[in-house]
Amino acid sequence: MKSDIDWKPLLLAPVLALIALPLTGSLSSWLTLTVAGLAMGMIIFVIASGLTLVFGLMDVLNFGHGVFIALGAFVASSVLGLMSDWTGSQELWRNLVAVFPAMLVAMLVAGALGLVFERLIVRPVYGQHLKQILITMGGMIIGEELIKVIWGPGQLPLPLPEALRGSLFVADAAISKYRLLAVAVGLAVFGLLAWTLSRTKIGLLIRAGVQDREMVEALGYRIGLLFIGIFVAGSALAGLGGTMWGLFQQNLIPQMGAQVNVLIFIVIIIGGLGSTTGALIGALLVGLMNNYVGFLLPTAAPFATIALMVAVLLWRPQGVYPVANR
Amino acid sequence: MSENLLTLHGVHTHIGAYHILHGVDLAVPKGQLTMLLGRNGAGKTTTLRTIMGLWHASQGRVTFGGTDITALSTPQIADLGIAYVPENMGIFSDLTVKENMLLAARAARRAADMDDKRLAWIFKLFPAVEKFWNHPAGKLSGGQKQMLAVSRAIVEPRQLLIIDEPSKGLAPAIINNMIDAFAELKASGVTILLVEQNLNFAQRLGDTVAVMDNGQVVHAGSMAAFSQDAELQQRLLGLAL
Repeated sequence: MKSDIDWKPLLLAPVLALIALPLTGSLSSWLTLTVAGLAMGMIIFVIASGLTLVFGLMDVLNFGHGVFIALGAFVASSVLGLMSDWTGSQELWRNLVAVFPAMLVAMLVAGALGLVFERLIVRPVYGQHLKQILITMGGMIIGEELIKVIWGPGQLPLPLPEALRGSLFVADAAISKYRLLAVAVGLAVFGLLAWTLSRTKIGLLIRAGVQDREMVEALGYRIGLLFIGIFVAGSALAGLGGTMWGLFQQNLIPQMGAQVNVLIFIVIIIGGLGSTTGALIGALLVGLMNNYVGFLLPTAAPFATIALMVAVLLWRPQGVYPVANR
Repeated sequence: MSENLLTLHGVHTHIGAYHILHGVDLAVPKGQLTMLLGRNGAGKTTTLRTIMGLWHASQGRVTFGGTDITALSTPQIADLGIAYVPENMGIFSDLTVKENMLLAARAARRAADMDDKRLAWIFKLFPAVEKFWNHPAGKLSGGQKQMLAVSRAIVEPRQLLIIDEPSKGLAPAIINNMIDAFAELKASGVTILLVEQNLNFAQRLGDTVAVMDNGQVVHAGSMAAFSQDAELQQRLLGLAL
């Protein structure tokens, strides 16, 4: 029997980084852009990881995922605002004491909204893709309007805590401190997801359900409960990712979820429906591509990710690691 | 005469606008192996899926051990002790053989929690399951997948096994292995309902037979009598055993 692991997709991000090395002109620029790309990729992965499972397991086209991103970011901004003594401190640990509860509250609120969203909006349209697209987009519009009611329609600044501002210098390359934190949080989320999916029975059920929901039910499992759990977890992860994205951009607008949505869908399509490892690869590729092309040819940056998706689909029409059988 | 474990009375099933089953009457005697035969499109798979609650009967009644299961959900029906192996085998190809088995052993949280004696019995029936224990199920051959699918169905004690075309696409040597395994399963007292197209397979294993045509059971009786009646076989199936 041949090797069980398909290695080729794992090489895509390193190959892209190596191709960019001679083009960026200097090692320091390349290192700065690479860390920035990895950080952006990790944030996108955190948001996309939940949505890919919702797609893969539930066969639900949730175009309203962006509302959880925006809500998470706005909730986190309020929590951080209440903890300004902590975020204003020069000490890193005091900053983290503010950032981590903000992330946690954002996840809880986004997860709670996810539960309501699934019960009220998604549940009536299971199995009806066109209605799913329309109603979830409608849900996102309502969510954005509610954000405007609570936090106002304008742009809201979300400054980084003091100790997370600025950069570290490694071999003349400026490495943003916050981006290092984003990479660390992204890796932690990936590790937790990978452990849950590969080492626990609930993970086994999720992986099986993504492939063949009907057979999971025939084995005696109530997949409806699993659906709700996945939707809530996916919404909570979007809330966490929204917080990270907000701190990455350092300002928030109510429509930010819809803007990020485009990148998320590209990542999921590149990764293959239902695959968290695929989503990680897709997110890193999108993050790196955005930063390299944004530096080398800024006007082409918006098209670069689309071109990347097309190239991957020409190579693997189902994405790099397709899991769902649909 | 043994009592019936599963009965269908006047079952009709619609799939969308299509009326597939037109009043199926079927009895599966306890402890016996019942063969469900019929030409392609006769409604055999739909009958199995209706029993499992994967498609619900629009009319009629399905009872299992005296309990009306017509309106129950698929997990509720599985909880009553019915295992189902679909025509496509329902193998989770990205999971290993061990993970497929662990998923079917619902009470076990880890592989170590699975019943060792039962696993040893399954490994004896289907050595390939033990041999490829840590391999991805998607890499198995067709025959090995079928063995895994049946192993998964029996990893917990079940009252009724429902299996859709277990010999489909398998080499003759593998089919003989499957026949031996089903004979041993039958000897263990499990009731089995098998859909088959392979008449030799059906004749060697079946105690009772039901033949479907156009969404109805058009003949039911003992397999021994059916095997002797070439004219009946020709009329119902278009060929003789």
